[in-house]
Amino acid sequence: MTVTTAAPGGLAEDLDAFRTRAKEWVTTNLELLNGADPYLGHATDDADHVMRAKAIQRKLWDAGFAGVCYPVEYGGRGLPAEYQDAFIEVTYGYELPRLFNIPTFTIILPTILDFGTEEQKQRFIPAALKGEELWVQFLSEPTGGSDLAGALTRAERHDEVFILNGSKIWSTYAWKSDYALCVARTDWDVPKHQGLSVLIVKVHQPGITITKIKHVDGTDDFCQEFFDDVPIPADHVLGQVNDGWNVASRLLLHEREAMSGSSPYAMAPRTAAHESDQVSAAALAQVSGGVNDPRVRQLVGEARVLTRVHTALVGRIGTSIRTGRLPASAGSISRLSNGMLRVRLASIAIEIAGDRAVAWHDDDPTGALGVAYLGRQGVCIGGGTTEITRNIISERVLGMPRERAEDLDRPFRDVRTNAAVPRDR
Amino acid sequence: MDLELTPDQELLRDTTRKFLQATVPLIEVRALAENPAGFDRGWWQKGAELGWTSLLVDEQRGGGNISGEGLRDLALVAEEMGAMVSPGPLIATNVVAQTLSCDASDEFAQQVLPGLLSGESVAAWCVAEPGRAVTPDGMTLQARRDGDEFVLDGVKCPVEAGIEADWLLVTATGSDGLSQFLVPSSAPGLRITPLCGLDLVRRHAEIRFEDVRVPASAVVGVVGCAALSFERQIQTALVLQCAEIVGATDRVFDFTVQYAFDRSSFGRALASYQALKHRFADMKLWIESAQAITVDATRAAQAGAPDAAEVIRIAKAYVAERCPELIQDCIQMHGGIGVTWEHNLHLYLRRVVVHRQTYGDPMQQRDQVAILAER
Repeated sequence: MTVTTAAPGGLAEDLDAFRTRAKEWVTTNLELLNGADPYLGHATDDADHVMRAKAIQRKLWDAGFAGVCYPVEYGGRGLPAEYQDAFIEVTYGYELPRLFNIPTFTIILPTILDFGTEEQKQRFIPAALKGEELWVQFLSEPTGGSDLAGALTRAERHDEVFILNGSKIWSTYAWKSDYALCVARTDWDVPKHQGLSVLIVKVHQPGITITKIKHVDGTDDFCQEFFDDVPIPADHVLGQVNDGWNVASRLLLHEREAMSGSSPYAMAPRTAAHESDQVSAAALAQVSGGVNDPRVRQLVGEARVLTRVHTALVGRIGTSIRTGRLPASAGSISRLSNGMLRVRLASIAIEIAGDRAVAWHDDDPTGALGVAYLGRQGVCIGGGTTEITRNIISERVLGMPRERAEDLDRPFRDVRTNAAVPRDR
Repeated sequence: MDLELTPDQELLRDTTRKFLQATVPLIEVRALAENPAGFDRGWWQKGAELGWTSLLVDEQRGGGNISGEGLRDLALVAEEMGAMVSPGPLIATNVVAQTLSCDASDEFAQQVLPGLLSGESVAAWCVAEPGRAVTPDGMTLQARRDGDEFVLDGVKCPVEAGIEADWLLVTATGSDGLSQFLVPSSAPGLRITPLCGLDLVRRHAEIRFEDVRVPASAVVGVVGCAALSFERQIQTALVLQCAEIVGATDRVFDFTVQYAFDRSSFGRALASYQALKHRFADMKLWIESAQAITVDATRAAQAGAPDAAEVIRIAKAYVAERCPELIQDCIQMHGGIGVTWEHNLHLYLRRVVVHRQTYGDPMQQRDQVAILAER
């Protein structure tokens, strides 16, 4: 396919020209990671992380590299996926605003493209592509993790506003974000999937309290939000009122695309983090005797085998979904693979590190491996547990019978829940 | 299965599949278990007409392939053979034919290749040695110069297709370094002993070399310079093994999923139990992963990619470790019938576990992957 398009300055730009221009621009405008974490870049603290990401994204926008695959009418470049791939290729090793990658660019904006009104698209897509607004997802609730459609957070219509009450949890970096997509219940008298709506919520406003959740490894990326009579303008519903499950399903589809590496909107390959795992396993092996120890050789070999196989799998699943060989839900196969891989890598790391993973001098990197092991199962829980993932693979990919549910055939009001908040007031 | 095939490659795959289904259905594979060679020479020659022996051989030496990617084509054949647990010395003959095409003198090539290509003759690669890794360092069979001749001494075991082979490609070491020789299986001093084995139709032998004298013209390539050829040969063997394993395992997984839909217990289909559904989900992950890394390895080998040596060993390490376990899980899903002679499951398990253990097992591959990573 030959595609030419108007570049900044009005020049037609084919793929090779785009790649060349990107390569030149990148070397003079982005900083090399030089071993820094690809996600955090050279940020010095949390506030700096957000500021740097927004500033770099603005530079990308000004140079015509923001929203490569987004439609021109909403500030994107309207180019095919090969252009984004080329950009990923030439930016490898450079600091990018990955904070925007998931969920803003790969999950939120695609869903707004699918369901947003013209006003919503014009209002929110360019602002995000310019690096002005960062998004977060308000999905899980304290009363239920994997059962998204069982949301108890409520939005009641009062004239031109919905009044939001309830609580969401496990939202990553909510306090760094500007806007959220929030799944809330708008009708209690119909079965669970039929009474949901997706709201666009301004994160920092009166009535919303955000608390950080301290993770077992000491980090506090995750948040819980409490909504106390938060007014949401009626024109901030994404999609139709009570059609929220349809919208949320698409959100999850885009999430699987993001996770499986098949999203055209990603600015970085999903495998990057695993590459760094692999490097650290090899480095660690050198510390602990390296190839001279046959036991360590087996473990390093296993880590490299599993990591490379995962990369191959993600590529295959992405291709399979694009070509229709597998349904979109096959992204769950990549998600399961990622969970299994990370769990095993965490264990391999402490197997190599030995007792230095549990008792260490403060400048010894092995301590981080022991701490990482404590939170190991997180990768099999976040984003839908691997148990739910296995349900999806067996039911939607292999076509096996669905699990019995007791909440589908009755008004949600009558469904047994873990409700900690009153249903009615 | 490679997801991006040319129409010619699809044709080769489909032709091979139809031919195998027509000529060696599983009932015929069971019957061939009684055949000392495990396959019929006339049948092998018909397979050769479909391209099974010529894809890795240069056109000027009588081989050729339409796609320009002979190994990818051959991997498709291997995958179909795996799916049918087909007989035939596919790996042994192709490794030797490729080596003769690349390394042999014109005279030698003209003497041996036409027979291998037509399927009239068969060759074996004598590489594995008892208790040794299948690596250049693992070779102990000695090649000693004696005037114009070389004298070979040592043991190769197990040698795939060693019983039926007319020609033996022998990888040896010595004061000159790693060298390879092509020796007729009738050479004096060879003691070829058939081995018992798991696969019903693929045979292995122990071959003892006791003062086997070969002329200097038996050298394939250059004396002492066989390391690169060894690497190419092992890459070809490992890629074809992975393709056969994946072909076999994919077939088993498919009919086991179907069985879970068809079979009832306590008034419900097996496929409705979450405990089993979750195991099938894991199996789906493993078979897709095995296919993905096999395709990557095949392409890397075909392209001579810089990381081909590592990716191919990664593929063998993963596929040969995971797929036998996957088939064991499928046997578990079948219950009692799964461990009977009558059910075909064991035919597949035999094939994949033989591949697992030969040309370097997963433990050896992981070892090599770690060593490659240190470089």
